[in-house]
Amino acid sequence: MTEAAAALAVNGLTVSLAGGEPIVEDVSLAVAPGAVLGLVGESGSGKTTTALALLGFCRPGVRVVAGEITVAGETMSGLGEAAARRLRGRLVSYVPQDPESSLNPALRIRRAIQDMLDEHAAARELSTVEEALESVHLPATGAFAERYPHQLSGGQQQRVTIAVALVCEPPLVVLDEPTTGLDVVTQARILAEIERLRRERSLAMVYVSHDLAVVSQVADRIAVMYAGRIVEEGPTAAVLGEPRHPYTHGLVASIPDYARRRSLRGIPGVAPGPGDRPRGCAFAPRCPLKVERCELELPELEEVGGGRRARCFEWRRTSALVTEARKEARTGAWEAGPLLAVESLSAEHGRGHARVVAAHQVTFTLARGECVALVGESGSGKTTIARAVAGLHAPSSGRILLEDVALASKARKRPKEARRRLQLVFQNPYDSLNPRHRVRDAVSRPAVVLRDLPRRKAEAEVGELLERVRLPARLANRFPDELSGGERQRVAIARALAARPDVLVCDEITSALDVSVQAAVLELLGELRVELGLALLFISHDLGVVAAIADRVLVLEQGVVREEAPVEALLTHSEDEYTRRLLEAAPRLPVRSAAS
Amino acid sequence: MSAAAHAAESLRERFRFLGTATGAIGFFLLLLVLAIAALGPFFAPHSPTEPIGVPFERPSAEAPLGYDVLGRDVLSRVLWGGRSVLALAGLATLLAYAAGGLAGLVAGYSRSLVDPIIMRGADVLISFPALLFILVLITGAGTSKAALVAGVAIVQAPLVARILRTATLEQSVRGFVEAAVARGEGTFAVLRREILPNVVSPIAADFGLRFTYSVILVASVNFFGLGLQPPDADWALIISENRDGLTLNPWVILVPAGLIATLTISLNLLGDSVARALGRSRAGVLA
Repeated sequence: MTEAAAALAVNGLTVSLAGGEPIVEDVSLAVAPGAVLGLVGESGSGKTTTALALLGFCRPGVRVVAGEITVAGETMSGLGEAAARRLRGRLVSYVPQDPESSLNPALRIRRAIQDMLDEHAAARELSTVEEALESVHLPATGAFAERYPHQLSGGQQQRVTIAVALVCEPPLVVLDEPTTGLDVVTQARILAEIERLRRERSLAMVYVSHDLAVVSQVADRIAVMYAGRIVEEGPTAAVLGEPRHPYTHGLVASIPDYARRRSLRGIPGVAPGPGDRPRGCAFAPRCPLKVERCELELPELEEVGGGRRARCFEWRRTSALVTEARKEARTGAWEAGPLLAVESLSAEHGRGHARVVAAHQVTFTLARGECVALVGESGSGKTTIARAVAGLHAPSSGRILLEDVALASKARKRPKEARRRLQLVFQNPYDSLNPRHRVRDAVSRPAVVLRDLPRRKAEAEVGELLERVRLPARLANRFPDELSGGERQRVAIARALAARPDVLVCDEITSALDVSVQAAVLELLGELRVELGLALLFISHDLGVVAAIADRVLVLEQGVVREEAPVEALLTHSEDEYTRRLLEAAPRLPVRSAAS
Repeated sequence: MSAAAHAAESLRERFRFLGTATGAIGFFLLLLVLAIAALGPFFAPHSPTEPIGVPFERPSAEAPLGYDVLGRDVLSRVLWGGRSVLALAGLATLLAYAAGGLAGLVAGYSRSLVDPIIMRGADVLISFPALLFILVLITGAGTSKAALVAGVAIVQAPLVARILRTATLEQSVRGFVEAAVARGEGTFAVLRREILPNVVSPIAADFGLRFTYSVILVASVNFFGLGLQPPDADWALIISENRDGLTLNPWVILVPAGLIATLTISLNLLGDSVARALGRSRAGVLA
């Protein structure tokens, strides 16, 4: 691919904070017409900053300090805001992450598309709003175009933003996590749409995502970013099948995949933020292949054969890193008698005409030491069931029994012992810890309230609890906002463990985390099950995650249990149509082949 | 980070509003007015109540701000006159926060009828014109400092309740509150431990505005002669008594009026910069 023919060429892009700390350093990329480049990285890796720079845009407090960006032969970098805006939409356009907040709720969707057309009317002969809607498989009727964004589903909203991005037929489209937040079935449809548009129009795309499995479905080439730099770049199958950089390897090993059940390996530690990146290789502190040189010198992005580049001195040794098959926590029958039993539980939201059934006649049991997963799309009622079990949502009928004793529907009415034995870990670790309480206060509180320990004694246990969740004991003095997402979720788990529970209800506890962190948290939960004989009620939308941890799975659809089966049987030969649909839609990495 | 470094950091965080121009100016002006009110009496050259000169005589070496309607030293009266307005307004504001704050917390946290009952009651109180309400109350209860403070507090409390209810509502659906509920903690414990510390920021930002409003109300009532009674020295009362002498000795009006204006402006600047500093630390620089 020659420079002139490339749809996108980026050379030595460096983007910094106003204070001079670089967010993105020395990024060079090229995308051929009709090709899709996957730009992959975890939070803070600089992928979104890079994507925005491709549009000649920087967030407030951030600026491009070096580098050249060329889109279809025209220079995008170094332009003023007005000049960049003229090129945006015509030359390069953007599909944002969250369609709900990026479409103006006060404007009909016709207006949203028409605005884009008006802006570039002089540029060329353009299509109409109806044609734009039809191109993304939305109803091309006037009535549909007159709708407001809130009258569309999440998937339809994202199609509208794609239509807006494509209506002026730019040669390059930047998509920033376009399917994050959508359920798997909708996600699969959007991905198919993107693939079709690319084929039909030979569009070049930069697809930004943290999700390697999603990217592997659409991208020809992948660039992996870590701490602001590209650490590996090459053809998709080769990069994912045989990673050359230890970070890519760790990332691939972190990705749960229901069809290949193996124990997930998290990457220890956290990525350095802008300003505290080390002098040498930024990944060195977390790298299993680290040698002395890694901490002293920055490796170059060098050719490693097969049209691939990797930024690692030791890339030849990466292929020796191995992944293991999942170890079963236990085999055989569980102890007789269920620890927790849910009997014909029904629950509703709202009242009167606005009443919505969230769960209908749900029955299941959980044995001591067992892990049962509730799986379903958003709106399937899985979180409501978890909240009912924890005493936060009063069911409309049905019973919840803990060792054959029926529990009151409200937590406060339950005996202290029952509250102690049943602990809940929440989905969002940014929300479940009080920002004004130190880790010590948060973790010691359950022991004070539920085990009647004096405060001093409860606080004395905190160090041990933190070590149990693989955190250094010194974090006890910190406030939550000084911790990363993964650390916070570990603190939340430590807080639950402080009550010495028998059952841990985990409500989507990894969905807000990066994959490498998610893998580490799942790994921890697996170990805690063995160490403490904990039973887990594990709520998730992600079949891959469930495959990595659960013994038994209940599939929920709109509050009804569609299927209950041991995890192995459910994943390999499910009879249920809905389950199969979920399985087919779940994004997966391409099956590992010898890439050469 | 060590514990000491941590404490220093959180202290710096707390006083970050001083780093801005508005914050620093507001803080300095407030300090100045507070110093005059608190320490003024110790520096007053004459008695604030003894007539010693010719009414409305212009400033001289003996009386740097001249004499008032009864021939008392204006400087001495001004130096004495800040205590009452600040103390009354401060007390009324604190009372408003105690009553309104509690009502707002309970209303925001309860998912029952308690919320609409409290808030509709607050709406009724808000619908009365503030000054008229206080004047009616004082007319009924008799002129006293207690009635004045109670009146201002009652007028302010529903406004405080509204702000706190909204802030509490926002916090009460958060995960850490649910975690406390699932632990079986009582309502009081949840409010005190989980919610209150997280609604301090809006309170801090609002306090300046509230206090300003109390100062204006107290001064207005005093001006009408229904609060403090002569011969007490009070900035508002001084303005009120000497209205007729504005052309003869303008200083007798300008100085106390200027002090009240400085006080309210400084509180506004300070409240504004505190709100901004808190807003910034919430949002963070980069997501």
